[in-house]
Amino acid sequence: MTRPLRLTIALATALVAATALAGCSSGGGDNAAGTVTDGKLTIATGQPAYSPWVEDDEPQSGKGFEAALAYAVAKEMGYGKGDVVWKRSTFDSAIAPGAKDWDLNLQQFSINAKRKKAVDMSSAYYTTTQAVVTKKASDAAGDTTVAALKKDTIGVAAGSTSIQSVKDVLGVTPQVFNSNDDAVLALQSGQIDAIVTDLPTAFSISASQVKGGTVSAQFPADGTGDQFGIVLPKDSKLTPKVDAALKSLEGDGTLQDLQTKWLSSETNTPVLK
Amino acid sequence: MTDTTAPVLELRGLRKSFGDQEVLRGIDLAVHRHEVICVIGASGSGKSTLLKTVNLLEGIDDGQVLLQGEDVSDPRVDVDATRARIGVVFQQFNLFPHMSVLDNVTLASRKVHRASRPEAEANARRLLDRIGLGDFAAAFPDRLSGGQQQRVAIVRAIASDPELLLLDEVTSALDPQLVGEVLDLVTELKQQGSTILMTTHEMHFARNVADRIVFLHRGEVVEQGAPAAVLDDPQHPALRAFLARVHAA
Amino acid sequence: MTTPAGAGTPLVTPAPSQVERERQLYRRQRGRRSVTVSVVSTLVVVVLAWIGIVNTPGWAAVQQSFFDPQVAWETLPDILLGLWLNVRILFAASIGVAVLGTLLAVVRGLRNPVFFPLRMLATGYTDLFRGLPLIIVLYLVGFGLPGLGVFPRLAPEFWGTIAIVLTYSSYVAEVLRAGMEAVHPSQRLAARSLGLSHAQTLRLVVLPQAIRKVTPALMNDFVSMQKDVGLVSILGAVDAVRSAQIAQAEQTNFTPYLVAGLLFVLISLPLIRVTDAIARKQQQREQIGGAV
Repeated sequence: MTRPLRLTIALATALVAATALAGCSSGGGDNAAGTVTDGKLTIATGQPAYSPWVEDDEPQSGKGFEAALAYAVAKEMGYGKGDVVWKRSTFDSAIAPGAKDWDLNLQQFSINAKRKKAVDMSSAYYTTTQAVVTKKASDAAGDTTVAALKKDTIGVAAGSTSIQSVKDVLGVTPQVFNSNDDAVLALQSGQIDAIVTDLPTAFSISASQVKGGTVSAQFPADGTGDQFGIVLPKDSKLTPKVDAALKSLEGDGTLQDLQTKWLSSETNTPVLK
Repeated sequence: MTDTTAPVLELRGLRKSFGDQEVLRGIDLAVHRHEVICVIGASGSGKSTLLKTVNLLEGIDDGQVLLQGEDVSDPRVDVDATRARIGVVFQQFNLFPHMSVLDNVTLASRKVHRASRPEAEANARRLLDRIGLGDFAAAFPDRLSGGQQQRVAIVRAIASDPELLLLDEVTSALDPQLVGEVLDLVTELKQQGSTILMTTHEMHFARNVADRIVFLHRGEVVEQGAPAAVLDDPQHPALRAFLARVHAA
Repeated sequence: MTTPAGAGTPLVTPAPSQVERERQLYRRQRGRRSVTVSVVSTLVVVVLAWIGIVNTPGWAAVQQSFFDPQVAWETLPDILLGLWLNVRILFAASIGVAVLGTLLAVVRGLRNPVFFPLRMLATGYTDLFRGLPLIIVLYLVGFGLPGLGVFPRLAPEFWGTIAIVLTYSSYVAEVLRAGMEAVHPSQRLAARSLGLSHAQTLRLVVLPQAIRKVTPALMNDFVSMQKDVGLVSILGAVDAVRSAQIAQAEQTNFTPYLVAGLLFVLISLPLIRVTDAIARKQQQREQIGGAV
């Protein structure tokens, strides 16, 4: 047998083997309950997870709006605190198609139709608007109209819907940073004048990260606001259960309580005209 | 100040050591205009070092190097300017491989002597034609045989009309059949009146071309004189031994 | 006797003998068979691979997510705009790196004791920036320097270019230094003997040869830099990769990444081909013939 022929057969065998293996896919949610692990609910969030969604990057403490909400939803579904297992995932991998190694994912995912083609999304658990963070002492802090703000250099975090909001409302393309942390660095060093992000995050970073920071304006709440939903693997058995849980939490006021506790934001932030 | 009645080159009490090895132990030598001096000696006698100290490629530990009466070993003298007055040809040709033959030859004229390119190239072509390598002006050194490269190296050295020409074992790296063409060129240079200080172990050539042969032994000039005297009637025992070995080879 | 380049009468070879004709025939036949076998086996492997991939369970979803032509077409203009930023930064950075890298290499090669502090500085610089990851340099330069408050506000691309120049100069300096040391000392001797000054020797004799010797390594560094230019997006500038990311978030589709990737390959392909051609030509010149 000649050398090239031998190589071809070897390669072909390898390919066939690979194909066969690919046929048996693993992937979460195979058991009766639809969870990755029997008897446990695996919940994922970002790495790191930011305040006020998760405090101190420790979701297992239950502190922070999404951490607390996660435990509340789990309880409604019959999983106690000890039955919740936390995992981390990136934003992008959560909404990509394919099998997942978690059951629920909370990372301020905005609900939109396109995402629903790749993954399941629950009903909304929070509606937010975009807000503007600036330094109190800067000129930009006084820009409360669209006309004034669009002249400022604006930074947003990648992957967030803030990019689109800035484009839609202000008509400019912002500078895009890997995370809000980097945007804060840029604001501190004077490379940008303002950061646009969702309202609760805006308050969090202006209070704890930006020296002399303030939330100087918010975007009008006219459909540019986002509704956050929990992400689940496509066609997960848990989706209706999660929706039911959220409905119940809304009905008995728990959802509102959590929002007030963790996301209390002053409402006298000027709305952009 | 250049003194035209002085010898072209004068070495006075030249000393040079490498570490604790003394290689030149007080050399006194004069080269007059139009003279061809051949320095002979065993390897390790200091021949190459001697040539290198003349154009200041090696520093000296003591003594003086005088070019046309001017002490060029003085640290206040511009070394590059001195070297521009002396032409050197090495055993390994050392042509610049990334330049054409023409550029090799005109480099010093253009960059050091500030000749214009057309001027320098015209002169270079004339010289190359004279040695029969005019067709190779645009070629690169890797296309030439050893003998051709060495002849180009010689032309490169004389292109800016130096006051003194130093030839360091210029045929040692060549195949025997290529040695002849190089030696013919050196003979021609002598006929044109060049002042040459060379090291060699081609004794026949030294006999034919040298005005004076200098024998170096362990860093000292132990005997010098007309070729016939030195080669046929050696006085110093070291020279006798050296010549005996050469003739036996 | 070598014939001068270009001149000389054309060579007239006699007709080949019977033995030579048979040899040529054998080689031709064997060559044809090899080509046929390799073409067929390549086709077989490709077809099998294709069948394998297309029949995986997730193929439909992946195809839609990564290979959507509609999305590719829609997002192309924005990504091209981002790529233009990459190209501009690459151009500016290349010039900066060439200048600073050469300067560093030359300073490190100075032998006069007078230049000792300068040499130490250059050595310290190259040690530092060869060790620092580019990302860290980007953060320090892009966020740290503006924060000092002594500079007017400059675009993030500007700081990004500075960071890339600072980092890549150190690699290029080392490569050039190796090249300079590989130039035989006799070359320097010959140049100085002609009366060329130290600077002239460097410029006319040493550096040209040094660069020729390390061209493949330099080209590799350049191709690597081409890709690292994308990291400038950390500082907020929207380049091709960031554009792709923004498009991906909007469309919930990963095809933009593929588009950006293909564009990157397209712009580096000419350079990679040129590098290979140069290396091959150099090899031919230096290793004349031989059947080993």
